[in-house]
Amino acid sequence: MKFYGLVDGSDTSLRNYLKQLPGVDQVGADARAAMLATRSIKTTSKAWAIDTAISMVDLTTLEGADTPGKVQALCSKAFRPDPTNPEVPHVGAVCVYNDMVGIARQHLDSIGAKELPVAAVSTAFPSGRASMAVKLQDTEDAILAGAAEIDMVIDRGAFLSGRYIEVFEEIVAIREVCGNRAHLKVILETGELVTYDNVRKASYLAMLAGADFIKTSTGKVTPAATPPVVLVMLEAVRDFYDLTKVRIGVKPAGGIRTTKDAIKQLVLVNETAGPEWLDPSLFRIGASALLNDLLLQRMKMSDGYYASPNYVTID
Amino acid sequence: MSGRLEVMKTYKLYINGAFPRTESGRSYEIKSHSGEFLANACLASRKDLRDAVVAARAAQPGWAKATAYNRGQIIYRIAEMLEGRADQFAQEISLQTGATAKESLQEVSEAVDLLVWYAGWSDKLPSLAGATNPVSGPFYNFTVPEALGVVGVIAPIEKPLFGFVAAIAPILVSGNTAIALASSSAPLSAISFAEVVATSDLPNGVLNILSGQQSELAPWFASHMDIDGLDISGLAVDQHGTIKEAGVENLKRISSFAETAEPGRILAFMEAKTVWHPIGN
Amino acid sequence: MNFEYAAAPESRSVVKIDPVYGHFINGKWVTGTSHFNSINPATEEVLSSIALGTSADVDAAVKAARNAFDKSWSKLSGRERGKYLFRIARIMQERAREFAVLETLDNGKPIRESRDVDVPLSAAHFFYHAGWADKLEFAGVGTTTTPHGVVGQIIPWNFPLLMLAWKVAPALATGNTVVLKPAETTSLTALLFAQVCQQAGLPEGVVNIVTGDGSTGAAIVNHPGIDKIAFTGSTDVGKLIARAVSATNKSLTLELGGKGANIVFGDAAIDEAVEGIVNGIFFNQGHVCCAGSRLILQENIADEVLEKLKRRMEKIRVGDPLDKNTDLGAINSAEQLAKIHELTAAGDTEGAARWSPNCALPDKGFWFAPTIFTGVTQAHRIAREEIFGPVLSVLTFRTPNEAIEKANNTPFGLSAGIWSEKGSNILWATQQLRAGVIWANTFNKFDPASPFGGYKESGWGREGGRHGLSAYLKGSAK
Repeated sequence: MKFYGLVDGSDTSLRNYLKQLPGVDQVGADARAAMLATRSIKTTSKAWAIDTAISMVDLTTLEGADTPGKVQALCSKAFRPDPTNPEVPHVGAVCVYNDMVGIARQHLDSIGAKELPVAAVSTAFPSGRASMAVKLQDTEDAILAGAAEIDMVIDRGAFLSGRYIEVFEEIVAIREVCGNRAHLKVILETGELVTYDNVRKASYLAMLAGADFIKTSTGKVTPAATPPVVLVMLEAVRDFYDLTKVRIGVKPAGGIRTTKDAIKQLVLVNETAGPEWLDPSLFRIGASALLNDLLLQRMKMSDGYYASPNYVTID
Repeated sequence: MSGRLEVMKTYKLYINGAFPRTESGRSYEIKSHSGEFLANACLASRKDLRDAVVAARAAQPGWAKATAYNRGQIIYRIAEMLEGRADQFAQEISLQTGATAKESLQEVSEAVDLLVWYAGWSDKLPSLAGATNPVSGPFYNFTVPEALGVVGVIAPIEKPLFGFVAAIAPILVSGNTAIALASSSAPLSAISFAEVVATSDLPNGVLNILSGQQSELAPWFASHMDIDGLDISGLAVDQHGTIKEAGVENLKRISSFAETAEPGRILAFMEAKTVWHPIGN
Repeated sequence: MNFEYAAAPESRSVVKIDPVYGHFINGKWVTGTSHFNSINPATEEVLSSIALGTSADVDAAVKAARNAFDKSWSKLSGRERGKYLFRIARIMQERAREFAVLETLDNGKPIRESRDVDVPLSAAHFFYHAGWADKLEFAGVGTTTTPHGVVGQIIPWNFPLLMLAWKVAPALATGNTVVLKPAETTSLTALLFAQVCQQAGLPEGVVNIVTGDGSTGAAIVNHPGIDKIAFTGSTDVGKLIARAVSATNKSLTLELGGKGANIVFGDAAIDEAVEGIVNGIFFNQGHVCCAGSRLILQENIADEVLEKLKRRMEKIRVGDPLDKNTDLGAINSAEQLAKIHELTAAGDTEGAARWSPNCALPDKGFWFAPTIFTGVTQAHRIAREEIFGPVLSVLTFRTPNEAIEKANNTPFGLSAGIWSEKGSNILWATQQLRAGVIWANTFNKFDPASPFGGYKESGWGREGGRHGLSAYLKGSAK
């Protein structure tokens, strides 16, 4: 059913749908997220959470200065996060700029990491300010180079000025390019949307337009993946499942630097959308420095004493 | 040869939580009550004032947003820290003013108690100065007092510690930030007060302390367009007119006070905001 | 893929409980003549042996309080009194973990709540009132700022330390001295508080703590040397006390029961409203006088809200109160548990539909699963009587006026909640509701600066804020 049978693709239909969504009380949402952050995850559940978090990391490098060498090192790290310990799971995906996709895919294949997907940011990431033709080409190039996942940005300017149908149609067009070659993550850039009401509306807009995942941020703007924002997005995917029987994934990105942060995210998922989402197919964490903190904590849990950064590789 | 040589203290400015020297490189002599050399205090310049205002302005929204409870606790902690250093401050007071040890300790105790008094106002004054107003019509109408913003202080000369505390405490308690100019002839208590503040969890920039000449700096305080209010209690009465005139350009709220423990000193640097909202469904 | 939370117990080692306690009278520990056991309601283990206060003990305490009032406390300036209270507040903050663990052991409430709510609020209450001690002339409660003298205070078991703070802080700030009786099942944090008074150097006799049961309370109420009584507890006992003092000159304030209406309008922020409903009735196991125990739901969103509520209730973690992940702790006593069973049985009999999520309850201790009853009408006992447990009665309404009528249709008047995204609607509802505390788009929020107390049979007077001070000052009332 097109657009899940919930909107008909017209401006009016979309507007009305978004308008009837219940509001989010900011203070209440902050309080719920803060309460869930007090969950104390210890011993066996902490060990499980650390490994789960590792398997959900989209290990990312998105710098103007990225080189093939940097990307290849990242890929090795993504597949074998701890070279001294093969029990450590590999991450969820590698996330790079579109012109680095080929290098990443090639390197991953050469080290036996065929099952590790490459995700590409596209559509004039991070600002999204370019013509539609450029955005479509950006996406096609990435897929041809081997990206199995596309992380696109929405046009925040259009959203904030109320031109929802434009945002919608862009997502629909990119979804069509992806087809069944790649899954589509839609980056809302929640830091620029500011209010939780906007986050809720943008979440629904993206899901209706065909997102496989909704993602908080580009990581280039703060605030990024704050717990209340992720809470609102998890509520959206939960309620969307009730409406459509389809599960959409959530990816927080940006500002999740420590194991503690990552575990808080898993608790949010567990108690909001539910345990079905505790899988890399439905939850990813966009991060770079986080992986080493997860490794340090993993070491502490197995060795029983605090680890040092000297014992994890920088790439 | 008896005794050891004491390490003399360098008295610097206190701006944005750090202790810089004056950018002008100037200093002036502080003499004890009996004429002995005590220290070379920084002779702050208008540029130091300018930097202090930038720091105070940046710190103000965060300080005003802190809960009244939090502000009260921090000001109470300033009292805790000052109490702990009573002897140090009493000695400094005696050296500057010639007061006896007993009198100086008395001044410190009074300063501590005054800080405690003002600390207790933070979460009470809005209940008194605010109001719901019985307007004619189906409207909920309420008035809330709000902090003014950045306030300058020309600290008084008598009672160099107590007078200083009496000036800054009522300004800070409601959420304003401040730049205080210590008494020109007896600035040491105010400058040392920075040590107390730096150990009290007061965020950087909320209180800034300069030492220098009133005659040089007061006009710059008065004309600065990003200072919202000014306490000129420490300024000689014959100067008030000129300073008030200089402050008119941005309609600075300028006051001088006679009483030290007085909620009016808090209100003098607050605004009142009144809100209407219909009642109905 | 299930994310099971491993046990995360808070350590008991921070707390030292004596095997026997006496009373705290005139700054010293006084041995009791007979004792009763105080147990941990989560495990039924005996925690300690508490002294049963006799009339003689109460008399000694009143004498100590009178002596302290005449000789020391009333001679101090407000400024000096305030500084004692600031010290007490700071010491409570320093010993916060100790107080939290002890409260959880004695009361059965989750450590997360005692740690994050009870103890910080208690310290804050002392800090707030410390600042009033030397500012009474500004409080706007009248030109007379004379204290009563000796006040007798009887507090309940649901928030033992917090209720102590609500009583003792304003009493001392205004210059009174105190004889306080904690509840029979929860004396331990009050006895630890006595240690704080000693550490703060509080003059002897200013605070006296006499433990015991109803007979001890009666001795306090009837003692001729007490000028004012403050009581928090059930409406029935409140009325008994009011009758007992009506022929005397004793001043009396009461904070009694409630059957709070939590009204959810169709335009509410639904997810936050569901959180508010859960907080309103399951916080502190529903042992809350101002609990939102009647959910009054607009019919046009009733199904959606109930479905979300049930799903949310599935996530409530019931179990060991010392586990940091526990949401719902133990019922405070066998007696209270029996009351909850009695009333919920009435709910079944009277035709309401009961629902609880599946949750395993521990074998030992006193436990009740979070429960909702739908199809409740005003005539049902579970809509009229205070259950004081984790049981929510759900009613519906069609129009705003109907919501208000149902909400007000009770002899109680302590609290109410309103959930709506429309400001004018909220303000309209607050104007219509006959309740002393109204939460809009939130629930169970407390602050020392915010006056708390009820209309109608929920009590007399307010606690907290400058309004709360007048209870402790003689004023011009005769």
